[in-house]
Amino acid sequence: MIQVWNAVVNGQPVELGIDPRESLADVLRERLGLTSVKKGCEVGECGACTVLVDGTAVDSCIYLALWARGKQILTVEGLQEPDGALSPIQKAFVEEAAVQCGFCTPGIILSAVEIVGSGRTYTRDELRKLISGHLCRCTGYQNILNAVERAVHEAHKFVGGEETQE
Amino acid sequence: MFDLASIYEAKSVSAAIRALEDDPSAVVIAGGTDVLIKVREGRLAGRRLISIHGLAELEGIALTPAGDVEIGPLATFRQVAESPVIEKTVPVLGEAVDQAGGPQLRAQGTIGGNVCNGITSADSASTLLALDARLRVRGPRGEREIPMAEWYRGAGKVNLAPYELLVKIVIPRENYEGYFGHYIKYAARNAMDIATLGVSCMVKLSGDRTAVEDVSLAFGVAGPVPLRVYGAEAAVRGLPVAEAADQIGPAALEEVSPRTSWRATKEFRIQLVRELSGRALREAARKGGAVL
Repeated sequence: MIQVWNAVVNGQPVELGIDPRESLADVLRERLGLTSVKKGCEVGECGACTVLVDGTAVDSCIYLALWARGKQILTVEGLQEPDGALSPIQKAFVEEAAVQCGFCTPGIILSAVEIVGSGRTYTRDELRKLISGHLCRCTGYQNILNAVERAVHEAHKFVGGEETQE
Repeated sequence: MFDLASIYEAKSVSAAIRALEDDPSAVVIAGGTDVLIKVREGRLAGRRLISIHGLAELEGIALTPAGDVEIGPLATFRQVAESPVIEKTVPVLGEAVDQAGGPQLRAQGTIGGNVCNGITSADSASTLLALDARLRVRGPRGEREIPMAEWYRGAGKVNLAPYELLVKIVIPRENYEGYFGHYIKYAARNAMDIATLGVSCMVKLSGDRTAVEDVSLAFGVAGPVPLRVYGAEAAVRGLPVAEAADQIGPAALEEVSPRTSWRATKEFRIQLVRELSGRALREAARKGGAVL
């Protein structure tokens, strides 16, 4: 029961055969080798499998791959610059030492991409709520929150043009 | 890969209904946040699915010319929470669904799924019940409209035939206009948790905003299905706000039947009903301009 599946994954058009019973996480990991997409709880509670589908963070473990047909999908592999450099959001996670075992990190970074991409600022409590769909098994939440806050702040500084005023 | 016999992707509501007529044992899947978990747990393993995901005719939130709010069942919790129509007409519903799961689940789970799965803890259910929303369902022989009050048939069971689909959730104008609402979700965590108890209260105040002209109060997890406490509502109608808030909780105890589960004991849930009912009424009245 293999079906043809098309999507744009990390900016690249992809066409491959999938089994309609596969989750999006299955296709990204097993067929495309994008192993930044982690399978943690597999019931939509831990957020480790978070990817962006048309710019919205979803748990790819409980999202049928066939629903993503024709859509834009972003995983952490797609954030890398052509020369291999980290994106500003990834750098914020490094700067704030927001990575311990690293299992929850790709998912939280993708939620941060959506948050930063909204172009607005948030209070710390608002950010806390926006990343509440992620569990960190090392419990390093304070540094993660610091990193997301830094990423939002730096992006806003850039977008808001405050740097040029200084 | 999920343990499923097959997945049929319906391209229209009528195609989905035809598929259900051909195969009444098939399971409808919309957002997938309940169904896929039950498949993985084994409770729905090996089944045939009919996917209605992405059907444009079941999406969207709109205000009719008559002022009724019409919510497509495929509207996600996030779309309901962010909808300007909901914010303007029934903000309490947006506040309630914004407390379900976490951000990703709210972008995936649908309000239609939340009422069709018949679960007592559903975060949208008590508010829709307090608003006495109407559920428009379509089957092979046409449509019928069911008031929320007649929707639940038992734990996990709703007034929906195997070949019918929910196509619209309607909140009539007269049910929300002039009312202010408040929803309280009591859970052990602020996110990614299921309600230990949910309470939703709608209040209409007297002209001078001192008395409760009308009130409705509904609960999740205070019984096998979401329930309204009509007797308690009648008992406090017409009372000054503070008195109504003091009396509605104890009065509601006559009509609820919570049980003990691993989340909480029956006794604790009874205490929550007693305490949170008045708080919800008070907060709803405050939103309506009552001075307390």
